[in-house]
Amino acid sequence: MSGSWLRISGLLLRYFYLYRRSAARLMGILFWPVMDLLVWGFLTTYLQRMVLPSAVVFLLGAVIFWDVFYSAQQAITLSITEEIWVRNILNIFVAPVSVAELLLATSIVGVARAGVSAAFLAVLAWSLYSFNIAALGLALVPFLFALVLFGWAMGMFTMALVLRFGQAAEALIWGIPFLIQPLSAVFYPVEVLPGWLQPVAKALPSTHVFEGMREVLKTGTVDARRLAAALALDVLALLLGALFFAWMLSRVREKGYLSRLGME
Amino acid sequence: MNERVIEVWELAKRFGDVVAVDRLSFEVRRGEIFGLLGPNGAGKTTTIQLLLGLTTPTSGSARVLGMDVTRDTRRVLQRVNFSSAYISLPSNLTVRQNLKVFCRLYGIRRADERVRELLELFDIPGIADRATGALSSGQLTRVNLCKAFVNHPEVLFLDEPTASLDPDIADKVRTALKRLQREQGVSIVYTSHNMREVEILCDRVLFISRGKAVAQGSPREVVERANGASLEEVFIAIARDGELRDTAAASE
Repeated sequence: MSGSWLRISGLLLRYFYLYRRSAARLMGILFWPVMDLLVWGFLTTYLQRMVLPSAVVFLLGAVIFWDVFYSAQQAITLSITEEIWVRNILNIFVAPVSVAELLLATSIVGVARAGVSAAFLAVLAWSLYSFNIAALGLALVPFLFALVLFGWAMGMFTMALVLRFGQAAEALIWGIPFLIQPLSAVFYPVEVLPGWLQPVAKALPSTHVFEGMREVLKTGTVDARRLAAALALDVLALLLGALFFAWMLSRVREKGYLSRLGME
Repeated sequence: MNERVIEVWELAKRFGDVVAVDRLSFEVRRGEIFGLLGPNGAGKTTTIQLLLGLTTPTSGSARVLGMDVTRDTRRVLQRVNFSSAYISLPSNLTVRQNLKVFCRLYGIRRADERVRELLELFDIPGIADRATGALSSGQLTRVNLCKAFVNHPEVLFLDEPTASLDPDIADKVRTALKRLQREQGVSIVYTSHNMREVEILCDRVLFISRGKAVAQGSPREVVERANGASLEEVFIAIARDGELRDTAAASE
């Protein structure tokens, strides 16, 4: 194992211990997504009976997809925030861990969290609502991947704000995803949004993912243009997220804020 | 003992209008325990942050083990370590789990073996599988020191490591540090407000006040130069006057 992978595995071991020893955190992976699924599931069951049979498929698919983004973003941000809460952040920053190693380790945690959560939701959706997302096959996988990438980008952005502003910014960890949700056409097509807001929505990779997901659910085919747009915007978001994080970290070092973290 | 492991030249750090470190120059030699002393807000913690690359200097330079801290931060961090009474290890992990994580972060491959060595070194082998949060403050301090020694550091920064310890445990910690200094040749930059402890432990000290160096030398030299009776008297005089004067005259 190279030195870099040893350090990354060290961070992963830290997060593994963290989750394994905390029932509350393990619950966190599953509890909120399950609550979302139950609320939307029962609502869409009702809608299915009333008006639109395909609504259940779109809405349940959207809930599962949204959770993939949310888990990826949360894992990155909470992994670091956890170190601030337990006053371990300086121990991490005085270890010879590069920013890239730290981001890669937290991103891997993000994928693992998203995978566990999505798999659990898929099983639950199948058993409660007879919604089998696996029946849609591999067509949805590239869209899920695109969502994970966007989750990483937003995770870096949020984490940078937490490092810079400390506890004052912690509400953003949960707030930012819900700021993005209405713009991402998660539960409705982008045309539902006011005209002036649609270009903003289309600048988000997540919007193309959810539009593409509905296309897959409706026709069984992947709209390659939507997927390409989502991935291209993901690359841009990741680049901007990394640059923003690096810039914020240099500001944090300049202002001496690192030692303040966890002491507020 | 004459090899310089830390060379600080005209180091300065400003936070807006506040000058936290004001053109500080000093050096630390291999194998010595160097006390960085001064009243609260003097600039000790900022100086340590600058030497660890946690904060970037406004001007001046800091070299650790011959490397520029700002430019070669990761290479420096690979060979140094840090512990403070004001930071902690995750309380819900066992001692062994915490130390294994840090073994990996510092590239130590045989983590189990290293953890066992460290716990024996600090005379706490029986607590490996206890939750870190369930330890007494004395045990916790020693576990923090185990973490600080995990990578066989050549330079160790200890920020008030014995704060909040009872005299017996504080003495055990000092004895362990002296032994490690002797056996492993580690250089230690040590901050403390306990001047008796500093007199026992430190080979040389630097007093800082308002970011500036005001006195430097062995504890005895500093006391003699200030015409004082003890390092504590010198500390009080510096804390009150902001500079080193004849402490006997100052107290009259």
